[in-house]
Amino acid sequence: MEIIKVKDLTKNFGNLTAVDNVSFQVEKGSIFAFLGPNGAGKSTTIKMMTTVLFPTRGTININGFDIINEKDEIRKSIGVVFQDHTVDDDLSAYENLYYHAALYNIPEDERKKKIEELLRYVGLLDKKDRFVKTFSGGMKRRIEIARGLLHSPKVLFLDEPTIGLDVQTRAFLWKHIKKINKEHDTTIFFTTHNMDEAEKISHKIAIIDKGKILIIGSPGSIKKKTKTKSLEDAFLKLTGYDIREQSADNTEVLRQRFRR
Amino acid sequence: MNSAVMVMWQRQLKLYFRNRQRLIVGFVQPLLFLIAFSFGIGSMFEQAGKGNYIQYLIPGIVGMTILMSSTMNGMTLIWDKQFGFLKETLVAPVSRSSLLFGRCLGGATTSCMQGCVVLILGSFLGFRITDWVLFPFALIVMFAIALLFNLLGTTLAMKFNDMHSFPTIMNLLIMPMVFISGALFPTDDFPEIIKLIFKINPFTYCNDLLKYTLGTAIEYNLFIDIIVIAILILTLGMIGTHFFNRLET
Repeated sequence: MEIIKVKDLTKNFGNLTAVDNVSFQVEKGSIFAFLGPNGAGKSTTIKMMTTVLFPTRGTININGFDIINEKDEIRKSIGVVFQDHTVDDDLSAYENLYYHAALYNIPEDERKKKIEELLRYVGLLDKKDRFVKTFSGGMKRRIEIARGLLHSPKVLFLDEPTIGLDVQTRAFLWKHIKKINKEHDTTIFFTTHNMDEAEKISHKIAIIDKGKILIIGSPGSIKKKTKTKSLEDAFLKLTGYDIREQSADNTEVLRQRFRR
Repeated sequence: MNSAVMVMWQRQLKLYFRNRQRLIVGFVQPLLFLIAFSFGIGSMFEQAGKGNYIQYLIPGIVGMTILMSSTMNGMTLIWDKQFGFLKETLVAPVSRSSLLFGRCLGGATTSCMQGCVVLILGSFLGFRITDWVLFPFALIVMFAIALLFNLLGTTLAMKFNDMHSFPTIMNLLIMPMVFISGALFPTDDFPEIIKLIFKINPFTYCNDLLKYTLGTAIEYNLFIDIIVIAILILTLGMIGTHFFNRLET
């Protein structure tokens, strides 16, 4: 059964078509990777699927709900870990999760137990009362994963979840994501430009470039179809050798300027 | 109460009390205005036979403090945009209007607290509340003004992406609103063109109502003041919700 159905999805920013007539489906309980070079339209697609960006055209259906008319139902069904950190630095780890629980209407008497359980799961229970601003990037990411799972979503979205993380945190993260997928049958949808990650953990991969999906299939079938030995070769064969230039993200510039 | 409103309200309060600079500035800035104006203009005002200047000035400074801190509260939205927390609230299954009003009610609460601090400071300079029956209404008026300018600041903040331009533009807006409102000094001798600005300045009516409820003589009638403030809150609430509904990140 498909839990995500995307059809003819398009997003224009002025003259630029960031996502161009994209269609795909994701099987319930599977791990699905969106693989592509910088500026391919990965983040734009994930933003539309998570209701924070409005599609120009096309339909998205998640967990049986429509993105235009049933936004809140979709929001209840999904957990999201964005590429940029979205924790509140001036709140403690516990407070960040507590506010999330309140926003998702988790009953008051269950909140504490659930939050502590998840903080233990990501190994940060002993630091629960520390301000998030004292945390490293990896610790913030773990908080975000715990937060994304707090309301037991059917689908967990992760946009470049391992960017800028050390090897240990990466390993920790993928181990846990696999575990969540197995134990709770949570569907995982993530974007990456890291071949190894995509190949190792996903059941299905879509390679996307310039707003279009070039190929969809299991890592094995992609290699077979492109007659290449590794996913990286397949990727380069499909997307070419041109180096992509993406303008510096204005958020990132400001972030560095204002980092306290 | 709606739990999303509650969450956003509570967070706004928490952030306020955790930001020591904001706390100190919120206290020192009105104090500076108080000292400068009461010593600078006080004797002139009283020589001109316009009554006790401190009684005139304090409600104005209370209003000014609320106006400034409320509009500047829009900064927290830009901050949340830049540092990502806004996204966390935008993917939550709650109405955009509850996010907006929660923020603004939280900001209004802290602004009112600052206004109360000014009242206490003023009492050391000789300000007296003449009619205690009206005092609860003064608090309500303070809250209404705070909500109004929080809505204005937050609505405008949605259109800004950069932390430098927002405070600059806001100051450009705030200063004339304060100076051409009768909050700090009377406007009788203004030329016609400035009097026109005085009349279309929303803060004029806020100041008027606040002066009345704190026991100082006023220019307009209460009915007009209340209507203007109510209409502005409703309009800005609607415009703000409309923008928030279309907010993308």
